Amino acid sequence: MSRTMPPAGAAVLEQNRAGAGERFLRGLATPGGAVFLLLVALLAAIIVANPSFGEPESLIRFIGRTAPIAIAAIGQYFVIVAGEFDLSMGSVVTMQVIVAGNLIGDDDAKVLPVLLLMLVLGALIGLINGLVTTLLKVPSFIVTLGMMLALFGLVMFWTGGAAQGNPADSFRQIGRGGIQDVPVFGVIPYPVIILAVAAALGFWLMRRPYGRTLIAAGDNSAAAALTGARVWWVRTRAFMLSSLAATVSGILLVGYAGVHPSVGRGYEFTAITAVVLGGVVLGGGRGWLLSAAAGAFALESLFTLLNFLGVESTWRDTVQGVIIIVAVAAAARSWQRRRRGSALPARAEQHRITATSAKPAEGTEQGGNGY
Amino acid sequence: MRTKGIRTAVTLAAASSLLALTACTTDPSVTEDTGTASEGASPGATEQTEWFDQALYDEQNEQRTATFEGSPDEPWLQYIAGDMTDTSKFASEGGHKVCFANASISNPWRQTGWITMNEQLKVLQDEGVVSEMETRDAKDNDNTQIADIDYFINEGNCDAFIISPNSTAALTPAVERACETGKPVVVFDRGVETDCATTFIHPIGGFAWGIDSANFLTERLQEGDKVVALRILPGVDVLEQRWAAAEKIFAEKGIEATDYFTNADPTEIKKIISDELATGDVQGVWMDAGDGAVAAIEAFEDAGKDLPVMTGEDELSFLRKWKETGIDALAPVYSNFQWRTPLLAVQKIFAGEEVPAEWVLPQQPIPAEELDDWLERNDGMPDGHYAKFGGEDLPGYPDVWQQRQMP
Repeated sequence: MSRTMPPAGAAVLEQNRAGAGERFLRGLATPGGAVFLLLVALLAAIIVANPSFGEPESLIRFIGRTAPIAIAAIGQYFVIVAGEFDLSMGSVVTMQVIVAGNLIGDDDAKVLPVLLLMLVLGALIGLINGLVTTLLKVPSFIVTLGMMLALFGLVMFWTGGAAQGNPADSFRQIGRGGIQDVPVFGVIPYPVIILAVAAALGFWLMRRPYGRTLIAAGDNSAAAALTGARVWWVRTRAFMLSSLAATVSGILLVGYAGVHPSVGRGYEFTAITAVVLGGVVLGGGRGWLLSAAAGAFALESLFTLLNFLGVESTWRDTVQGVIIIVAVAAAARSWQRRRRGSALPARAEQHRITATSAKPAEGTEQGGNGY
Repeated sequence: MRTKGIRTAVTLAAASSLLALTACTTDPSVTEDTGTASEGASPGATEQTEWFDQALYDEQNEQRTATFEGSPDEPWLQYIAGDMTDTSKFASEGGHKVCFANASISNPWRQTGWITMNEQLKVLQDEGVVSEMETRDAKDNDNTQIADIDYFINEGNCDAFIISPNSTAALTPAVERACETGKPVVVFDRGVETDCATTFIHPIGGFAWGIDSANFLTERLQEGDKVVALRILPGVDVLEQRWAAAEKIFAEKGIEATDYFTNADPTEIKKIISDELATGDVQGVWMDAGDGAVAAIEAFEDAGKDLPVMTGEDELSFLRKWKETGIDALAPVYSNFQWRTPLLAVQKIFAGEEVPAEWVLPQQPIPAEELDDWLERNDGMPDGHYAKFGGEDLPGYPDVWQQRQMP
């Protein structure tokens, strides 16, 4: 690769050559970083409104109960950053909840087989969503909308719209239990641990060639295809990750809340709101995975704050709607400014990338070894 | 570039807080307009809501202790003495076709009743009273149900109509059209704004539920105690009346009650209770239906707080959790056995026997003393089953209810 600075790697890295402090500030100034500031501000506001929320035990429980939506947001992130939507998420959650409730029943021995079945089902739904979107060229908005309705109808047909009872307690422990007698926190709920693992895996995946290609595919799928990436398969896997994330959310929700056909309703929009609030650009190509998770926390914090302030919960949908609009507007403006404002380095960057992509072998190498 | 980014962040934060502010300031007006919103932290400030009806409240209050005609062993045939409808003109031999316009079977209470109704149908078919029952499920949609009723009127070839209305005002004209056919019309569960039906079957009602449950809680709580009221959804008369009565009693007794709509979603219920427990202690939980009661109790368990005094419903999930935790509770009952009554009313009508114009069925809550008895009688039934379903003497008992076999 053409270099102006000594170490090997893409020109994008130049930004990261700055000092740690400056890099941190620069990060915060992007929509993806601002969400962390927003989250801190919201948490501070909640603690002012209700000081007992600031106790470690309350905080860790808050993280625990927000874990399912944060995991859903992480899943939705993969799809959105690839330039698609997954509207079927909520229905996948509902379906998995019902599957757990109806198939496990009180039988502890069925916990593991059904858990596996749920993961397979989740992957399968994602695979169908992905293949129909990428190979049949049906817009993902339509594919996943159809999947949402189909799964929801299936659940309604299966249950008639009512719950049949909770599965065995051993299964529910995943979402309800935790490690007891931990100093400071008292208890660490399993969902917190599962969220941490999911976030770490997701973070790692986005630094792998797969993650780089996914973002490239979301930014400009034609260009990504020219570099030799199998864009259809990259995107399909994003849908699978999304459905699997929804499955994990479902597993946690069965434990946290219990089985009910209303569990998971509206999850797709909450997840999309969270991702957008996290500064991820609808249409793909830009945004950070952890910001999406932070977006979920910011959203839940906002709802909690409104709750503590005595605002009607019926306002929630309005708040969510306005947030989507405001966040998309803010992010779009900010990214545009970045492009225009930081003319020189960006241009230079682009020139170099065009130059390098002329050598086909490096197209793949860039993602893999560059960082 | 950096400053612009920060400005964006600030705008975002400001926009959100602005949102919170606007939401705050408009809240009181919402309370006034709809009358269904919560009282928040202002106990005693209850304005009379549009659903509150003093005359109906007093009437149902009296009916709670009224004497019912008929055998207590068959509560689904009991009624409070009053105006009777003469049905001699309908007297006829042979099997009749019944057309049933059902609002939905989208909650466990309706599902349990629907199973019971079908078992009752089999009995009447064996007796030759009913040849067949054609059912249309409106799936909680007014328009669908109006179309269903019109279909029955025009093409159904029906000898009698049974209607379980989805909502009160919207279905009134359709019920009137059914009445105009001159055939018997039986309305049950939710009401309509016309008395043209041959009989209107319902348990005592929402106010009685609200009085029973709120009295239970206020007897056990002190002035200034906090009650969280979990409500399924707004706008349905039988549910709104439950809360209208309870809200009035809480306000009179100085109980601080905050109400929330949950859609019976256990995730919501848990969040609501967790947030309430994080703000302060909660001594009581009031529910307008038992769906989700378990999640409410679990939220207290998870937070490590003392379990509340609570009213749920006769749904088995709640009764079992009640037994397991030993809480101080009451299970108000919206008599599920009323699903048997419409078909039995049709039988009486075609036999020319008079039926009550307003057929008020008994509605007795389950107190702690009776809990074990009801649990035992419903042993083996799924969690979504209702204790007072009243189908023990029907042929499919208990398998059909245990397997949740729905046609």
